[in-house]
Amino acid sequence: MVDTAVLTDHDVPADGHGDADGHGATSTGLSNNKLAMWLFLGSECLLFGGLIATYMLYRGRLGGGPGPDQLWDIPLTSVSSFVLLMSSLTMVLAVSAAKMHDDRRTNNWLAVTALLGATFVGAQVYEFTSFYHEGLGFTTSLFSSSFFTLTGFHGVHVSVGIMMLMALVGIISKSKVPGDKAEVVELIGLYWHFVDIVWIVIFTLVYLIPA
Amino acid sequence: MSTDIAATEHPTGAHGDDAHGDDAHGHAGHDTTEHNKPDRYYIQVAIFLAALTAIETSTYYVDFGWAFLPVLLGLMVIKFVTVILLFMHLKDDHKMFGMLFYAGLGLAVFVYVAALLTFRFFG
Repeated sequence: MVDTAVLTDHDVPADGHGDADGHGATSTGLSNNKLAMWLFLGSECLLFGGLIATYMLYRGRLGGGPGPDQLWDIPLTSVSSFVLLMSSLTMVLAVSAAKMHDDRRTNNWLAVTALLGATFVGAQVYEFTSFYHEGLGFTTSLFSSSFFTLTGFHGVHVSVGIMMLMALVGIISKSKVPGDKAEVVELIGLYWHFVDIVWIVIFTLVYLIPA
Repeated sequence: MSTDIAATEHPTGAHGDDAHGDDAHGHAGHDTTEHNKPDRYYIQVAIFLAALTAIETSTYYVDFGWAFLPVLLGLMVIKFVTVILLFMHLKDDHKMFGMLFYAGLGLAVFVYVAALLTFRFFG
């Protein structure tokens, strides 16, 4: 391991692990941006863990309202899960293209990823609307509150990811990406993949395993 | 200084000519390995994940009996780990990144399983 206590800025770049793109060398030799992103994703596990645990506790508390058996549309949710999964593929292809300095392909894959993400969010909005028409409001029961909070938080994360992707497409088009372009794409990719793995858990625990 | 840099696998195939081992901006040997793999590799992983999703969905229509829960949870874990290791590149990346993520994940699992046990969820 790196003994950070004895390293100076002069020690690090010798083996090429400093950030030579204006960020300055780091004492660990690792990108601070990437460390921060992984730390953020680790903390996000606690957020979604809390929401999932709350849902698991309250999923049987229907309070006279409709329950999962009457509401879930598994074919629709399966298709939207598949769409989100494929968006992870297009995202990793965007990262791969960015590392090869192919801006056109990077932008194309990022745009496709955003489109697939928007499709997923659209399906979620449709699902929420149909649940509401079937009598499941946010305050109908503990089940509905925990369900909408969990899936809603996830939907907001996907929406934020779409905004980041579209912003990235814009700044890549104008060649105004600050610092290492491939790393910026990779960081947003990490966030996007995280949103995908959270849905992998939600799809199984919320939709496929009955209460 | 140990940096745990894994072997580089450069892109091949359609984009092989564009493969850059070093970043043009002086990022040769950045904090992570150049974990680029050919597009075909990622497509194969995605097909694998799609197949697992299809099996998951089939549990809604086909009676798996006692194996229902273990199969679903197993598939979920396999998909989760596959995305983390191969799409998020933790398999080839520096161990420090994995440690940060697994610390959060492990803490979350511990805290919320403990909470669910407290509420007798598993009983």
